[in-house]
Amino acid sequence: MELYELTAHQAHELLRKGEISSVELTEGLIDRIVAVDNRIKAYITLTPELALEQAREADARRAAGEDHPLLGIPLAIKDVICTQGIPTTCGSKILEDFIPPYDATVVEHLKALGAVMLGKTNMDEFAMGSSTENSAFFSTHNPWDLSRVPGGSSGGSVAAVAADEAIYALGTDTGGSIRQPAAFCGVVGLKPTYGRVSRYGLVAFASSLDQIGPITKDITDCALVMKAMARYDPRDSTSVNVSTLDYVSRLSRLNGLRGLKVGVPNEYFIEGMQPEVEEAVRRAIDKLAELGAVVGEVSLPHTKYALPTYYLIAPAEASANLARYDGVKYGYSHPEASDVWDAYRQTRQRGFGPEVKRRIMLGTYALSAGYYDAYYLKAQKVRTLIKQDFDRAFERFDVLVAPVSPTVAFKIGEKVDDPLQMYLSDVFTLSLNLAGLCGISIPCGFADGLPVGMQILGKPFAEGTILRVAYAYEQATEWHKRRPAL
Amino acid sequence: MRLSLREVEHVAELAKLGLTEEEKERMAEQLSAILEYAEMLQELDTEAIPPTAQVIELQNVMCPDEAEPSFPPEDILANAPQAEGGLFKVRAILE
Repeated sequence: MELYELTAHQAHELLRKGEISSVELTEGLIDRIVAVDNRIKAYITLTPELALEQAREADARRAAGEDHPLLGIPLAIKDVICTQGIPTTCGSKILEDFIPPYDATVVEHLKALGAVMLGKTNMDEFAMGSSTENSAFFSTHNPWDLSRVPGGSSGGSVAAVAADEAIYALGTDTGGSIRQPAAFCGVVGLKPTYGRVSRYGLVAFASSLDQIGPITKDITDCALVMKAMARYDPRDSTSVNVSTLDYVSRLSRLNGLRGLKVGVPNEYFIEGMQPEVEEAVRRAIDKLAELGAVVGEVSLPHTKYALPTYYLIAPAEASANLARYDGVKYGYSHPEASDVWDAYRQTRQRGFGPEVKRRIMLGTYALSAGYYDAYYLKAQKVRTLIKQDFDRAFERFDVLVAPVSPTVAFKIGEKVDDPLQMYLSDVFTLSLNLAGLCGISIPCGFADGLPVGMQILGKPFAEGTILRVAYAYEQATEWHKRRPAL
Repeated sequence: MRLSLREVEHVAELAKLGLTEEEKERMAEQLSAILEYAEMLQELDTEAIPPTAQVIELQNVMCPDEAEPSFPPEDILANAPQAEGGLFKVRAILE
């Protein structure tokens, strides 16, 4: 087995026994990136020198007796999370030269634990997209089939993990941007409960929906990274002060899933979805029942309204958040303009790509005089109905299980000219963000040689429960062990 | 419902977003399609439903009124397209 193929917990075991060093591990990853990233294009910025310096430091700390599962383990970070002294572009021309003066809280935590940073990963511009084709720089390719998208918006982070170009990665999920690409690339991706992980230093897209989460090769790693990141942060006023559980030691606490109540929402098996995807998810649900879960049907009647609700609320919030890009404080600034207003217009016209412009326009329209009640307020009210559906479902069930996306990864270029079709690939993921729940995408099969993902949805702050269900399923199956041939 | 070019121009001006003629045409077409799809929400009677702006039950989070170290001005100004004398340089607002 090559070092770059290891999970974090496997690498930790070897590091702890002194069989490998963090420098060797990091060199292995850097060599792997050099060998495959010209085909995958997962990274926008590589930081090999910093990585090796951090690896040497980690080895020294370990030699001095320190031990932590993430000490000396290399990761990739989505380029929307601020890293001090290292460019953070958000996949946008408007931030192409932006170098943050500080680290995001999650980066601070991981650095303190001795993490090794390999680089910053590609993404849809400002996390707006479902394929990573909206990056201002280049498209990322799915490691299972290079002619297909990795999903998005965290496509670079997910492709990096799937192609063994990082042991684990950080992504962000506003409407499915961790879970959908994780499903498309056959890895594990978790969207924490809103308020669970600090967003200080995360460049804002839609502030009532955004969350940072881990992308890993297996559930144990996912629990490890969650444990490291899920902490109250007074610098984020939406951070919720709830006690942090030891997600790792709780993974295998129960014997199977005996007595666990699993709800299967009818509305998540829709006409037009790829039959092989439905079959794979149905088989996975049967497996949960075999493991002792009590499976029952449930209805979330407002499911079909989630997509239009999301595509009014998220752009409305985005249009407000992106007003800050004025070419004055940071970012691209158009040098030739007749006056201050012309400077704003031209800077934003040249700095933003088509999807970002579309969402700014849509959001501004939904918030504008005369349309606010009909669109934005209406969407917020429907958001209440969507949340109530889940509240009722969780009175009867511990978790809900559903597909992540209606299809496997689609072809690069296939949906890029039809925004509505692109939005539909998020139809199963965005309700979770609207309702503020947690959810995890895990590999549950293949269709035409491409990975299929299953989504396990939990109550607010029930990350421990969804991880335990995911772990039980993972231990009983082999899907997570399959790697793409590169 | 279809957005007119005038409406597109009005919204772009609210957002201070420059658009080419071609972008305006495409925007009118694509936004109209998305808004038409969103019409679906009007089927629901939401008269008695309160809006949800955010999902956690936190309100008015205050921080203690204590001075803390802030960033050195030169670090913050390092990203400014134009700076002078420790300040951001901006275009004239008033003639």
